[in-house]
Amino acid sequence: MSIAVTAKKNPDEPGIGAKILFYLLLLFGAVLSIFPFYWMFVVGSNDKTAAFQIPPLLTPGTEFFNNFSRVLERTDFFRALMNSAVVSTTVTLSVVFLCTLAGYAFAKYEFPLKKTLFVFVIGTMLVPAQLSVLPLYVIMAKLQWIDSYKALIVPAMVNAFGIFWMRQYIASAVHNELIEAGRMDGGGHFRIFWNIAIPVVTPAMATLGIINFMNVWNDFFWPLVVLKNRENYTIQIALQQLFTNKDGLDYGMIMSATFAATLPLLIVFLLFSRWVIAGLTSGAVKS
Amino acid sequence: MAEPAAAAAASYPATRKRLTEQRKSRLTAYLFISPFFVLFGIFGLYPILFTIYLSFYKWDALGPMRYVGFKNYELITSDPTFWISFSNTLIMGIMGTVPQIIVALLVAVMLNSALNKYKNIFRILFFMPNITSIVAVALVFSTMFGNNGMVNWLLNSLGLDSVPFNSGWWGVKIAISTMVMWRWMGYNAIIFLSGLQSIPTDIYEAARIDGASRSQQMLYITLPLLRPFILFVTLVSTIGALQLFTEPYVFLGQSGSGSTRQEGVTMVTYLYDEAFKNGFFGTAAATAVLLLIATIMFSLLNMLLSSRMGGERGGSKA
Repeated sequence: MSIAVTAKKNPDEPGIGAKILFYLLLLFGAVLSIFPFYWMFVVGSNDKTAAFQIPPLLTPGTEFFNNFSRVLERTDFFRALMNSAVVSTTVTLSVVFLCTLAGYAFAKYEFPLKKTLFVFVIGTMLVPAQLSVLPLYVIMAKLQWIDSYKALIVPAMVNAFGIFWMRQYIASAVHNELIEAGRMDGGGHFRIFWNIAIPVVTPAMATLGIINFMNVWNDFFWPLVVLKNRENYTIQIALQQLFTNKDGLDYGMIMSATFAATLPLLIVFLLFSRWVIAGLTSGAVKS
Repeated sequence: MAEPAAAAAASYPATRKRLTEQRKSRLTAYLFISPFFVLFGIFGLYPILFTIYLSFYKWDALGPMRYVGFKNYELITSDPTFWISFSNTLIMGIMGTVPQIIVALLVAVMLNSALNKYKNIFRILFFMPNITSIVAVALVFSTMFGNNGMVNWLLNSLGLDSVPFNSGWWGVKIAISTMVMWRWMGYNAIIFLSGLQSIPTDIYEAARIDGASRSQQMLYITLPLLRPFILFVTLVSTIGALQLFTEPYVFLGQSGSGSTRQEGVTMVTYLYDEAFKNGFFGTAAATAVLLLIATIMFSLLNMLLSSRMGGERGGSKA
């Protein structure tokens, strides 16, 4: 892929003007991508009028902690953050484990109806989540799970995308010889899965885990439906509550809260970003 | 799907043990996949069937259910708000996905270009919008698209008139589609990028030797070979667009009432209001069923269009 930049012979070699334009365009896109994050911090760290100053205020101020203290008066911010962390972590651990298990079975075992069942799993991805929301709510009410973590965790413990994702990866990454060798040595099915397959597929598990964590963390619709009590709010619902505030909108407060709520995810992403993106680009979409 | 595991199973020597061995491995496989089917059965399939059943009943979630036949469907299809929600969903779906996918494709080509020496950093920057919560996005965009907000200031300083982004028919739609675009463009660009990286470079070299221009290379090599990725992205975007909820709900529900105005009502906000604001579970269920039918129809249409496109562009496919 190293088309030598200095090789003048290449007729496709673009001129310096084209190169500048190329980077300007990319830079413009990148700025558009990250500007809202920066804007969140600008508004969150200035006083109330910052959001609507003309011309727009573009420098961070010093009011962040003042604004944020008003958030703490109105919502149990850290409690909501904890709730989100507990729910997202539990769901993610479960999804990664159960999807790897199912993906392994679909990739490496032979059993009747295998193809039909796999097509069925894929097909479930097409069904809009909202379709089952009403009865799901009724089920939760019957189980008395409304307003509890269980309502958020149990239905999300395994999903079709994860199974598809892991199956694709396991099919190519875990060699049959390894499994066979494990069997020869008298390993049980689960033991082979645990000791032979899992170590090989940890990168795919990590990618799935991060993607899933972000999805659950950012989920809004279902928590909005089942959570009633303030103490149980996830961070997204808590943020939305700040917004539906009748006595005028305090944007400094709101944005300091959104920024503080986005920060943990941003840090996690930046730490693992190479992994996530490499995982996505080598990912499961291909076949 | 390759079936190497069959070979592995067949290579077992002991014929007497084979039957029990095979049964054991089948049982294990079923056991491994069972969590999905059990959970989906209880929290997915049963609710879906129940929704279809519920759409023929009048019910407020508390009292007894009363069979009303197709009455719920008649009620919602004669409600103007339902049709507004339907057309809003389509308009915002098209506005939020078509330009976005085209831009994502161009960005992917630029990210993949040999010119680009800072691939990794640009990939991360473009992907970042996707990690924010939609609630945060909607909040940020609602200040930027406020009547005295930054976007209108920008328009004014370019000599254009302000646009009523949180009340106008088009204004609301533009603001909401922009949110969708901002959030998903980079994600889709990364998916396209993975497609581009799977195309062998010698194809391009051969084309260059044959004198193909850049645009010809794009049209006759890149696009046809990217077809599965384009199909995947459009399919996922279509399904996402039909389920649009959080952006309009947060963007327009800021007055404290939590209600979405007509300009931004979508099929899912309509469904949500019917069920959880008005307590009409029957009509909400009927809306959900219509949403499913719409999803299936648009997904099929999508696949049909994508396969047409590939067929024409791809020329002779084996």
